[in-house]
Amino acid sequence: MKTDELVTLLSTNLEPVDRRPIARTLYVALAAGSIVALGLSLVGLGVRSDLTTAHAFIFLVMKLAFAFGIVGLALVYLTKLARPGGERKTPSFLVIMPFLVIVVLAGISLALAPSSHWEKMIVGDQWLECLISIPIIAIVPFAISMWVVRRAAPTDLARAGAFAGLAAGGVSAMAYALHCTDDSLPFVAVWYGGTIVLCTLAGTALGPRLLRW
Amino acid sequence: MTTQEIELKALMLASLEGDSASHRALLDGLSRRLRAYYKGKLARFGRGAVEAEDLVQEAVLAIHLKRHTYDPAEPLTAWVHAIARYKLIDFLRRTRKSISDVPIEEADTIMAHDDNVDAESTYDVRRLMEQLPKNMRCSIEAVKLDGLSIAEAAKRCGISEPGVKMSIHRGLKTLAAMIARETQA
Repeated sequence: MKTDELVTLLSTNLEPVDRRPIARTLYVALAAGSIVALGLSLVGLGVRSDLTTAHAFIFLVMKLAFAFGIVGLALVYLTKLARPGGERKTPSFLVIMPFLVIVVLAGISLALAPSSHWEKMIVGDQWLECLISIPIIAIVPFAISMWVVRRAAPTDLARAGAFAGLAAGGVSAMAYALHCTDDSLPFVAVWYGGTIVLCTLAGTALGPRLLRW
Repeated sequence: MTTQEIELKALMLASLEGDSASHRALLDGLSRRLRAYYKGKLARFGRGAVEAEDLVQEAVLAIHLKRHTYDPAEPLTAWVHAIARYKLIDFLRRTRKSISDVPIEEADTIMAHDDNVDAESTYDVRRLMEQLPKNMRCSIEAVKLDGLSIAEAAKRCGISEPGVKMSIHRGLKTLAAMIARETQA
């Protein structure tokens, strides 16, 4: 076929294009993903029973703030990366900020505690549950955000996949925080931070395959 | 900003509003630049004009199908270049050539040259269309090849008007995927 014929075919009876901003579609997608994640966490694991105590409440807020910071930053970058050439003007080192903050805070809290408490502070009671739950809860938010990003046109698939994984991991951590009773900064840094990084790596690996267009 | 950028961007903005003539002029102008770009790139991998034409058509289809991702606040050149380069790398990966030697380049290279000697590509769109599901094929034939309105096409194909629009969009996407598979050799 001649290119000229293709051009004729594509421009005959052209319809105006749907100009819904990609950012808005992504926010809606992530909100939907959050609802599923929340549902899974509440039904599958249940809310922690001691939420009325100030201590538990403060730690819940802190975990949510950490995860929310990640989701917010990931969404900003993902919106750019979903467009052709978006990776060119997107130096993405800022996303390590929430991780850096939590690691520093964790370090301070370890320094202030006697070393006999360290193991309990880092390993906690439910590290295995955290390690398994966050990636599992992240699956649906990840699938939804990958679907939305693919319908746009990312041109750096590994990076776009990474940020979809990061956003999904953050959403999942928010949902899991409602259940988790391990209240120490080192625990959050290692197990929340670690599992979110795992989700990001999974996204990096899957991006080139799932996002191709 | 170059005059090309200004002219092509004006065409792009009009085509996003649904102006057929602008869309045609835009795709014409871009396909000439894409041809020069791909011929230059593929020459270094020992590929000829026919493969370049396949790529031109893949890129033209991608530009059409992904036009909703263009942000008018950005230069059109950069957007087109990102798509052209993405399709080049995708093509080289499919055809199992090393992609390590696609150099980093300025977005302007996409607008650098003009080539209007269009070759015949390796696939036949009419033949590919026969593989499409009935509604998609009927909608594309009616609206895109025979020039019927959406309403007339809906009557001919026996589906709703929104159904025709959706079938066209999905059908073109499916065609683009088929073309990518066809040109794998």
